[in-house]
Amino acid sequence: MMIKEIILVTFLSVFSFSVFAAGGTNIPLDHVKTNIADNESLQNGLSTFVNYCFTCHSMQYARYERAAVDLGIPNKIFEDNILIGDAKIGQLMTISMATDQAKMWFGNPPPDLTLSARLRGPDWLYSYLRGFYIDPKRPYGVNNVVFKDVGMPHVLADLQGVCAEPPQLGVTPVVDPLSGNIVKQSGCNEFVHEGSMSPKEYDTAIYDLVNFLTYVGEPSRLQSEKIGRNVLIFLAFLFIFVYFLNKEYWREIH
Amino acid sequence: MSKLINWIDERLPIVEAFEKHMSKYYAPKNFNIWYMFGVLSMVVLVNQLLTGIWLTMSYNPTAEGAFASIEYIMRDVEYGWLLRYLHSTGASAFFIVVYLHMFRGLMYGSYKKPRELIWIFGMTIYLALMAEAFMGYLLPWGQMSYWGAQVIVNLFGAIPYIGEGLSLWIRGDYLISGITLNRFFALHVVALPIVILALVVLHILALHTVGSNNPDGIEIKKNKDENGIPKDGIPFHPFYTVHDLVGIVVFLFVFCGVVFFFPEMGGYFIEKPNFEPANSLKTPDHIAPVWYFTPFYAMLRAVPDAFLGVVIMGAAIAILFVLPWLDRSPVKSIRYKGWISKLALGLLVVSFAILGYLGVVVATPEKTMWARILTVVYFAYFILMPWYTTIEKTKPVPERVT
Repeated sequence: MMIKEIILVTFLSVFSFSVFAAGGTNIPLDHVKTNIADNESLQNGLSTFVNYCFTCHSMQYARYERAAVDLGIPNKIFEDNILIGDAKIGQLMTISMATDQAKMWFGNPPPDLTLSARLRGPDWLYSYLRGFYIDPKRPYGVNNVVFKDVGMPHVLADLQGVCAEPPQLGVTPVVDPLSGNIVKQSGCNEFVHEGSMSPKEYDTAIYDLVNFLTYVGEPSRLQSEKIGRNVLIFLAFLFIFVYFLNKEYWREIH
Repeated sequence: MSKLINWIDERLPIVEAFEKHMSKYYAPKNFNIWYMFGVLSMVVLVNQLLTGIWLTMSYNPTAEGAFASIEYIMRDVEYGWLLRYLHSTGASAFFIVVYLHMFRGLMYGSYKKPRELIWIFGMTIYLALMAEAFMGYLLPWGQMSYWGAQVIVNLFGAIPYIGEGLSLWIRGDYLISGITLNRFFALHVVALPIVILALVVLHILALHTVGSNNPDGIEIKKNKDENGIPKDGIPFHPFYTVHDLVGIVVFLFVFCGVVFFFPEMGGYFIEKPNFEPANSLKTPDHIAPVWYFTPFYAMLRAVPDAFLGVVIMGAAIAILFVLPWLDRSPVKSIRYKGWISKLALGLLVVSFAILGYLGVVVATPEKTMWARILTVVYFAYFILMPWYTTIEKTKPVPERVT
């Protein structure tokens, strides 16, 4: 981890202009620190994904088996609990919903989610999935503060409930100085009807889901950092060797 | 071993070639860190060629399959992610080392007589490299690949009379399509690498004919010993080979740091919209070229007229070609030039860097105004050079290197 930070600091000082090339939105987002080494969280996220998202959203570039192996789920358990219908574990995570029909139902076909975390970023996903609120003017009765007039229904309403007003995101929690209770915090503060989860449980579930999406976006990340550390250590040793080799040759010059 | 070498040498002059370019090529002994970036460009070139060959084995150059094949490489090909990140990071690294290499040339007057041809070959490499990078960037077939190419190819359309036909001819279609992807792929993996390799050979042959410049801008060949060896020269091999090894290891450390830990580089090396497949019906909110093109892109946007913008952008690159004839200074190195030259070079670097930033962000009236001012500053370095290099007072150049 140390190495990673040193390199980050070095590069931030070289590339001192800090505006992202990708361009940002002006909507305040909640910040989330993902940890793709947390298998338990990733497994929860996978489960939420398969149960709630996978009907409409494909993961067409990812394979089931890769997720099973990386998340430490034995193939047998994965096949019995995750795979739907006659899907084989070696296959890509595609869905059977036809694009033209999806377009008719939602206005736009639901996007593939393999790379959503790399496209939007974890903060965006975490905020978006906690950003739904009631809006009778919309076809599915909900709107979203992060993605205005989105075509997607609030499929997680069973878990979260439906928020009565646009949730405030990216705010620092306000604590009542007398009682010590949190009176205002990021996310939904008032519900039209409640879901099966408490706001805290829901936040955790979304965190796990975002964590899983982050992992799927770049499944090689942990392997890369592991190899990277060894490569950098090797180069550091090689540096000592070539440094003195050079010094030895140049001793006589000047 | 020596028998084998003799056998070959009788049929192909390998010993002579090695001596001429390595063990008896006398380079000035006072090279500093700025002289590392030539060899580092070679390292990156080799990296790009090797990783490129392996990427080609799994890449699918069709509009239908390109995006998915990149993800296939990232996920299903053994160490495919490493090949891809080496290649994508290598593209940016190439421009970093080439820009620093060019800056070295500007600083020490390496373009001046008798090295004009080296400079021109170098500039041609830079031009070919820009074409290579631009065409390579279309291949992942992401949103930014697609729209970036759309914007750049449309620039040709601003040329009067022939523009529309020309951009149509480049694309091979009315908009960027699978046809464009196929031809860009052919140019990216076959045509341009051959051109670049040939130019690199010419660049080095020309260099080894006249000999290397140095931070003092002194011709070491003017001071030779009784054996005809420059007194301030040392054999390139082994002295600069071991010297360059140190630079290569340091470079690789930084390079691998990016490859293994930050391959996206915060959206500069791999732009985030490129994680979405190309969609001809959905224009991204903000189209920005990759960072190495942004100084020129900022100049383009700074000009209100489209055609004039293209002319300015083209001129910004073209003017570099005639640099050897703009510099009238009696000295080569910045060390012995006057304060105007030093200020001018400083302003060039600052304007280029800030233009690079301005080309990344969304244009506002204020930023456009800055882009205009800095475009003028950039051109002033070149256009005023014949004047300021003539009138300024230079310092005396020493006989021998310092």
